[in-house]
Amino acid sequence: MSTGSHREDELRRLLDRRHTAVPPGLADRAATRGLRLLRRRRALHGAGWLLLIAAVAAFTVWAAVVQPWSVPPSTVAPPFEGL
Amino acid sequence: MGRVTAGPEGRRAYWDREFEAFVAGAAGRLLHAATLLTAEPDDDAPAARDLLADALARTYAHWDRLRGDDPYAHARRELCTAFARQAWRHRRGRGGLLSRLTPRLRLVLVLRYHEGLAEETAGALLGLPPERVRTLAARAGRLAGRAAGAVAGGAP
Repeated sequence: MSTGSHREDELRRLLDRRHTAVPPGLADRAATRGLRLLRRRRALHGAGWLLLIAAVAAFTVWAAVVQPWSVPPSTVAPPFEGL
Repeated sequence: MGRVTAGPEGRRAYWDREFEAFVAGAAGRLLHAATLLTAEPDDDAPAARDLLADALARTYAHWDRLRGDDPYAHARRELCTAFARQAWRHRRGRGGLLSRLTPRLRLVLVLRYHEGLAEETAGALLGLPPERVRTLAARAGRLAGRAAGAVAGGAP
């Protein structure tokens, strides 16, 4: 158990040994790119809603005009059972 | 316009300050993790820088929905998923410490021992059961130790 944790400590030290210099202006560039991402995402979101609203409106108009729920008058006569 | 209605603009400026402070504190550590993942040399790690820039941009775009979540954890997740997506590009490594390890072994090693995540947390991030993380981490640790021994010229 102790050898395991010793080994893990050694690994931690090994991985933490050297550090890389962070390029200057990174936050600014990331924020600009992030903002662009955000705007694109919002535009897509807006377009999706618009499409949905347009589809609902088109369906409503179509349904109001065609009234697909109304049964067409029957052209078949019922079987004659009189006499 | 932004001067009168300070709503979104003011919030944006506030975000920017917060984000800048976050990057100042976290970028070094995240870049080191990214460099370990791409297995590039410490002084020449363009792919790691790209990965980091991408992860930070996504974190910025997510900033308003973090709501108390740790931005560092979010950036780390973005970094790892981006790396996993393009792992085939980094299969060979470019001379970094973990060049001999496969991308998945590097991910496990970095999450467990550089980031200090528990087996369960690392497994959740990678979509692996904790036991699998344990075996992968053990194997990755052995390989990394051997690689370091070879670099330092010491006994493995």
